[in-house]
Amino acid sequence: MNPDRRQFLGWGAAAVAGAALAPGLRLIELAQARSPEEAASALKRWGLLIDITKCADCDDCVTACSDENGWKGHGRPETDPQWIRKVSLRDKRTGYAQALPMMCQHCEHPPCVDVCPTGASFRRDDGIVLVDKHACIGCRYCVMACPYGARSFIHEEITGQKADVPRGKGVVESCTLCVHRVDRGETPACVEACNRDGGKAMVFGDLNDPAAEIHRRIRSEPSSQVRADLALNTGVRYQGL
Amino acid sequence: MRFPAAVAVALLAAAGLVRAGDGGTGRVPVPSPKIEAPGQCVAPTAEMRRNHMKMLLHQRDLTVHEGIRTPRFSLKNCVNCHASHATGSVLGKDGFCSSCHAYAAVSIDCFECHSPMRQANVAAVKP
Repeated sequence: MNPDRRQFLGWGAAAVAGAALAPGLRLIELAQARSPEEAASALKRWGLLIDITKCADCDDCVTACSDENGWKGHGRPETDPQWIRKVSLRDKRTGYAQALPMMCQHCEHPPCVDVCPTGASFRRDDGIVLVDKHACIGCRYCVMACPYGARSFIHEEITGQKADVPRGKGVVESCTLCVHRVDRGETPACVEACNRDGGKAMVFGDLNDPAAEIHRRIRSEPSSQVRADLALNTGVRYQGL
Repeated sequence: MRFPAAVAVALLAAAGLVRAGDGGTGRVPVPSPKIEAPGQCVAPTAEMRRNHMKMLLHQRDLTVHEGIRTPRFSLKNCVNCHASHATGSVLGKDGFCSSCHAYAAVSIDCFECHSPMRQANVAAVKP
């Protein structure tokens, strides 16, 4: 085979490979909102990264969650719903105080799902842990199983629900990672409020997406899981803890 | 002789239904919910009357478990189109959902959790 012929075949092979790869196929899928008819994909793993050193002395995330999802207290802290709360930590010896938002950690191996007798507590393919309230019988096993105290039981009759967030008496609920907003391609309400009015401490994104800020940061910066000893592989990570 | 008797019973029953169907003369008046946007439903009326619950149930599981949020059979889309212009709701005495379910003695749990109100600034999606 003479060199010209070999070179020509090489060019041809390169062109064919390029044409075969180019239309409609990306080696790395771009981050974009799903279309409404597309099911949640196990290729994604939604998560949060919360930098506690930036967490300001406010409760904008809690207020935003309450406004978005329509839950509010009745002045009865023992039984009031609580999707997200600010937890204060203080080192007794040094007096160093920190505060962090605590909510459902969207575990890869969620204890709430393990204990649910009806399959109401489930983990969606994209990592969001939810309660199917149609199947929930209100036994509250998951409330007891969750190491983060993230779940609440609805004790009162509820009226005036948000159209995207159905809520009713007798079932368990918790942070949904604002699944109705995520499905529209938006970020959760707490993250939006924190980045608008608060300390810009929260980042939301796909932990599996190499192009996402959250993926880059958990790769290159130290971060931790609360109760990492339980090996639940939480979707919510903290920095500065 | 049993066959003509059965026919007679069937005829009487049909007559009873017809009488009930014209509203005023039956023991319980047949509901006539107001259709806010006639002819724009996602399926023909006969199919909707018989199968709307199956459509909602199917869509419900797809939405909750898989995040599929197509508007066609979504409860939110039903409510946005069928809520009364007067009250903004599908419930109440002449509400689209509640009037028929009260007549049929079917208790629906949807609105113990879901909002029965039309959402502001949302255009209902046509089929």
